[in-house]
Amino acid sequence: MNFADFVCFEAIIPELSSRDRDGVITELVTALDKAGKIGKGNCQKIARSVIRRENEASTGMGKGVAVPHVKHEAVKDVVAAIGQSSSGIDFRSLDKQPVFSVVLLLSPKDNPDRHLEAMEKVFRHLQQEKFRKFLRQARTVEQVKDLLIEADEKPFL
Amino acid sequence: MQIKNAEGVHMRPAMQFVDVSNRFKSKITVSNDKTIVDGKSIMQVSMLAAGYGTKLKVKAEGPDAKEAIDALRELVEVKMFGEPPPKGITG
Repeated sequence: MNFADFVCFEAIIPELSSRDRDGVITELVTALDKAGKIGKGNCQKIARSVIRRENEASTGMGKGVAVPHVKHEAVKDVVAAIGQSSSGIDFRSLDKQPVFSVVLLLSPKDNPDRHLEAMEKVFRHLQQEKFRKFLRQARTVEQVKDLLIEADEKPFL
Repeated sequence: MQIKNAEGVHMRPAMQFVDVSNRFKSKITVSNDKTIVDGKSIMQVSMLAAGYGTKLKVKAEGPDAKEAIDALRELVEVKMFGEPPPKGITG
């Protein structure tokens, strides 16, 4: 699966206005809502269920990235939003360090394999230092989008 | 080892896998047909996209290799990461 297949480019936020974890999650779900990706009237519900999932175990995997996610019946197909914070957010990460890049992933309930494929793509790149660095340095929607498209073309970026 | 829980190795099972791996001194690698990854790295294990029915090759090298494989097999195939199998299938 490619980033272009599931990342909603209209829901890329190069500088998040929220400063805390739950605020960031809500901001990203709201961006997907505005882009028309999650149906009407589901925004609060979905944000709450992402936060609940995050409370069970942090998706802050270390190295300044977090991948909050949930499977929800209101979601028709896998979709992702990306947000960046130059000041860093406390995600109660495994390495206790702040998070600078957040990939929020929403998946349908009835298609676990599709969720796994999107996860594979996200982690394939996030584990590479160069990709994390480029992502963190991207300051505009266009720069993030260009990076993702380049990553689709060169799987080892 | 074969994945038997319906949802496959999503993030929570991947974390459990890495937790067990890290209890051992041995070097642990996991592979599917395409990719070979470090069994002690959460990002790498999440990258396997191992869905229900996937067969993973788990290799341990070191002083406690056998114990490591036994513990991982228990987690994956017996406990099934504490998750249910697909509907209509028992264990």
